[in-house]
Amino acid sequence: MLTYTLRRLAYVIPVAFGVSVICFLLVHIAPGDPLTAVMPIDATAEQQAEMMAIYGFDRPLPVQYAIWLGKALMGDLGTSIATGREVSAEVSRAVGNTLILAVFASMIGFPLGILFGFIAGYFKDTLVDRAVTALSITGVSVPNYWLGIVLVVIFSVNLGWLPSVGAGPGGSTAWKWDFEHLRYIILPAVTLAVVPMGIVTRTVRALVGDLLSQDFIDALKAKGLGRFEILKHVVKNVTPTTLSVVGLQLGYLLGGSILIETVFNWPGTGFLLSNAIFQRDLPLLQGTILVLALFFVFANLIVDLVQPLVDPRIKRG
Amino acid sequence: MSASMDARIEATPGTVGLEAETTVPVRSQGYWRGVFTRLKRDPVAMVCGAILLLLFLVVIFAPYLPLADPYKGSMIARLKPVGTPGHILGTDELGRDMLARLIYGGRLTLMLGLLPVVFAFAIGTTLGILAGYIGGALNTAIMRTVDVFFAFPSILLAIAISGALGAGIVNSLVSLTIVFIPPITRVAESVTASVRSLEYVDAARISGAHPLTVVRVHVLGNVMSPIFVYATSLTSVSMILAAGLSFLGLGVKPPQPEWGLMLNTLRTAIYIDPLIAALPGMMIFATSLCLNLLSDGLRSAMNIKD
Repeated sequence: MLTYTLRRLAYVIPVAFGVSVICFLLVHIAPGDPLTAVMPIDATAEQQAEMMAIYGFDRPLPVQYAIWLGKALMGDLGTSIATGREVSAEVSRAVGNTLILAVFASMIGFPLGILFGFIAGYFKDTLVDRAVTALSITGVSVPNYWLGIVLVVIFSVNLGWLPSVGAGPGGSTAWKWDFEHLRYIILPAVTLAVVPMGIVTRTVRALVGDLLSQDFIDALKAKGLGRFEILKHVVKNVTPTTLSVVGLQLGYLLGGSILIETVFNWPGTGFLLSNAIFQRDLPLLQGTILVLALFFVFANLIVDLVQPLVDPRIKRG
Repeated sequence: MSASMDARIEATPGTVGLEAETTVPVRSQGYWRGVFTRLKRDPVAMVCGAILLLLFLVVIFAPYLPLADPYKGSMIARLKPVGTPGHILGTDELGRDMLARLIYGGRLTLMLGLLPVVFAFAIGTTLGILAGYIGGALNTAIMRTVDVFFAFPSILLAIAISGALGAGIVNSLVSLTIVFIPPITRVAESVTASVRSLEYVDAARISGAHPLTVVRVHVLGNVMSPIFVYATSLTSVSMILAAGLSFLGLGVKPPQPEWGLMLNTLRTAIYIDPLIAALPGMMIFATSLCLNLLSDGLRSAMNIKD
């Protein structure tokens, strides 16, 4: 158990290192130099060079990386080229809103996905199974940015039940736990939850169906166990894989929210990213991507660390 | 390979395992004929295949069809509803014919969605077979790099690379190809490693066959179908991502018609004509649904388990 935990923890370091290299390189794969897009057209060559020196873009790449990494480790992600504000401040303000959206979407998507998958797997090849399978394949096939627009048309434009864009009344960008703010999160959270729900449903259905056809289930039946006891065995066996799929999907929620946030003008990291893309603000793009990717790495780490608690085989391995 | 890595590969959704007994082709032609016979008995897959075939034919031969000019707008004929004479599917926010734009848009969306998977299939399979067959330090180098890319959710990676490279069709193709190489490499590596340990591969190696011969004769035939099925399951995601990049303003630039971009520019029209605004998204949805159902059908026809 301890070896497993330590090994898993040690594994994070090279991955996080690799992530930082990729994020660092993002600025340098951009065509031209990182400042072309933001410099005034009539800037002289000296002014260009001066700006390059201010941002440190004139030094060799490994040196730039070392300096950038050192600063990033201290929580300094540089300054936004477009606004001149601290990237870390902008990202930390936005990441909270993205996490709230992701939490709501998980509360909708995961329990429903697990429930539907279980029902479909248990009643495999029945009408219920076919209905659930159709629902889940629809869920994984739908472009969620379009689904968001369709939901806005139905629930905001036609029925007028829910607000169409924003995170709170009066253009509020700070989340509060009250009824008014809840009304704003319903549509984006439901939209975001659909794809993970479909994927979780498909996975759980396949797992449960597969498990029920195994010999040991027959043995349990022959032993005279009731339906409920057999179900307990099934739950125990499908939990580990379900947990890791849920972990992967958590990351999807963080990344997938980019398009949804654009559709709903949700003031999170996705909104920040689309601004960064629009203004070609590479430090902002780089910082946001780095923070989101590290969140994903740590979400997977936590899932892997919880794994032995539900899967005793890992402890022995 | 460490134990935790094995657990991760097993945990990756959609990773295909190899059923050596059923996928070993006696004669490869017979195998594919068998797959096709089984696929023909699957009505859902056949209907989806037919719809996709029709869609491909229509977008390929679009210039020869009696369509309106997809670029020519009219300020007095903006946002005409579906069913307007002369514009069967109405007109967009600049008065351009929606039917023509949807068909021409399909050309770009399908190309941007499918080509990255084709490129990634070629590159990922090569890398995966190299890593799985040769093993050792090469395996470590390739697979650890792949692990790093796995630390990014696919859409985040696509947006990161496209965002850095800037808008454009080529940049969008490059970024999506990079997104799909790691998952295909991982699948290719795991099936190759499992084939490599089969006894007849050992026998071939011991008999002195050249490594390339062993790979060509014994490995490729066994690993191609699971990798291929896995790649087909990525096409729908790839198309949704490609359209999503254009939706964000990366990818295709206006006035070129592309489904994701059209969905974005028509967003302002949801208060006037929601049906028109929803059409490009419906096309993405329908195509991606067909791609997924066909891929599922192919998977069961090839008898590949999840």
